[in-house]
Amino acid sequence: MTNKIYQYLLFIGDNTMILGHRLSELCGHGPSLETDIALTNISLDLFGQTRNYFQLAATLSKEDKTEDDIAFLRMEHEYRNVLLVEQPNRDFAYVIGRQFLYDCYHFLLLHELVNSNDEHIAAIAQKSLKEVTYHLDFSSEWIKRLGAGTDESHEKMQNAINYLYPYTGELPEETPIELEMKELGIGADLPAMKTDYYNRVHEVLKEATLDIPETNWFQSGGKKGVHSEHMGYILTQLQYMQRAYPNMSW
Amino acid sequence: MKDSIEKPEAEFQRKIDEGHHIEPKDWMPEKYRKTHIRQISQHAHSEIVGMLPEGNWITRAPTLRRKVALLAKVQDEAGHGLYLYSAAETLGITRDELVDQLHAGKAKYSSIFNYPTLTWADIGAIGWLVDGAAIINQVMLTRTSYGPYARAMVRICKEESFHQRQGYEIMLTLCRGTEVQKQMAQDALNRWWWPSLMMFGPTDAESTHTELSMKWKIKRKSNDELRQQFVDNTVPQADILGITIPDKDLKWNEKRGHYDFGEIDWEEFWNVVKGNGRCNKERLDTRRAAHENGAWVREAAARYAEKQSNKVLSEAN
Repeated sequence: MTNKIYQYLLFIGDNTMILGHRLSELCGHGPSLETDIALTNISLDLFGQTRNYFQLAATLSKEDKTEDDIAFLRMEHEYRNVLLVEQPNRDFAYVIGRQFLYDCYHFLLLHELVNSNDEHIAAIAQKSLKEVTYHLDFSSEWIKRLGAGTDESHEKMQNAINYLYPYTGELPEETPIELEMKELGIGADLPAMKTDYYNRVHEVLKEATLDIPETNWFQSGGKKGVHSEHMGYILTQLQYMQRAYPNMSW
Repeated sequence: MKDSIEKPEAEFQRKIDEGHHIEPKDWMPEKYRKTHIRQISQHAHSEIVGMLPEGNWITRAPTLRRKVALLAKVQDEAGHGLYLYSAAETLGITRDELVDQLHAGKAKYSSIFNYPTLTWADIGAIGWLVDGAAIINQVMLTRTSYGPYARAMVRICKEESFHQRQGYEIMLTLCRGTEVQKQMAQDALNRWWWPSLMMFGPTDAESTHTELSMKWKIKRKSNDELRQQFVDNTVPQADILGITIPDKDLKWNEKRGHYDFGEIDWEEFWNVVKGNGRCNKERLDTRRAAHENGAWVREAAARYAEKQSNKVLSEAN
């Protein structure tokens, strides 16, 4: 049982970690000082949440693992994050698009997890929900600013949404672990969130004067450990120190 | 006629001599204004460019705890840049103008950021040495005569001293670690020691700004005094770490009550100031690229804000 909760925590913590990593790449390179600071704040929140999940997972681990063993010392196929959060920072519209599409899901997920039968998960969700409410507000506002700003920003935002939208299909997909956690009242009911998720996404896109992408095909695989080509490069940097200098304290 | 010119100047100097702040709306000599714009903006640029060498290690930080601390630190620097640009704006120049000066290569920033960060230990060494040197300068600046600058410095100093302790703690962890880690720490000290001493600027004999800066209480101590204070503070800290400062002439001088230290390579200093450091071009190119790539975002935000305010106005009518 504890092993399954451990596995379940990876689904949540890997998403926050990899998205936090992508945002951390932008620190010092933002379009203005104010956005640089705001995106770094979000990255910091996500890493803080990641630490909470992995510290909890570490207590459930049979092999006496630390949060850092869990974060840094797995093989690529053992990471459970969705493909969406791995997508690169092609430009600011992609950053905002990725953030918004994830925030909307993250907000709904945490709304469910605050009622988890596992008191530790519920407590982390409670704390994280405050932060993610702000993230969603921030990214929704930027979707509107870029969508309804200039012709150029509208076009860039539309391109980014078109590119990223097919990666949303994986968010409400339920893996066997997630199904089991749902049935035990520990995890969230992902398929039940799907309608609400798309309603919320579409509402903001409409307000931003953006078209809702017409697609019948969604990408998936991240949750099963089949990642995009980007993931290997993310891990190359993320794991560099731990791989190059194993078993040391930092 | 002569009186009306002399009077504000005398009043200005009296305020400074009595230890009062000069505030944005007070009369000030044009040279005082220009000197402050130059100094505060150089300081702001240093914070912003300074985000890059440390930012270089965010994605590779060795643990989650270190990653979060480094991210927060680099973010603090962006915050310091913001207060300092705001302080400079009180002197009648815009942030855009100042940023353009930086990107055009007309404004300077601290040369230390033109050195590369090659290992994780560099993050420790920068916190310990570079922030340590910066604090010595900045503590002095909390008592500088220009009010907005002095107040910005009070806040910045609190955060900087936290950064310095964080850097030293990284070094301490490395020095108590494996042989490989200790070597990494020593190598970082070897590379960052002399550039850190150069941060205080040319010797008093060579410095062009010192005399007037002292009279106007822009500076309260000379470059050489500050540098000596840094050396005196830092040598015992290196001893605790058990690593060696790369200066064969470094020794305690009982008579002076200070450490004597070797000659700084001023040729290297001036070369880096003139743009020949390892990373001068790269740092500026990176800043320019961030600014240029962000232009459409800033335009969109401005256009959207304008549309929103027009909407509010038309609804009100």
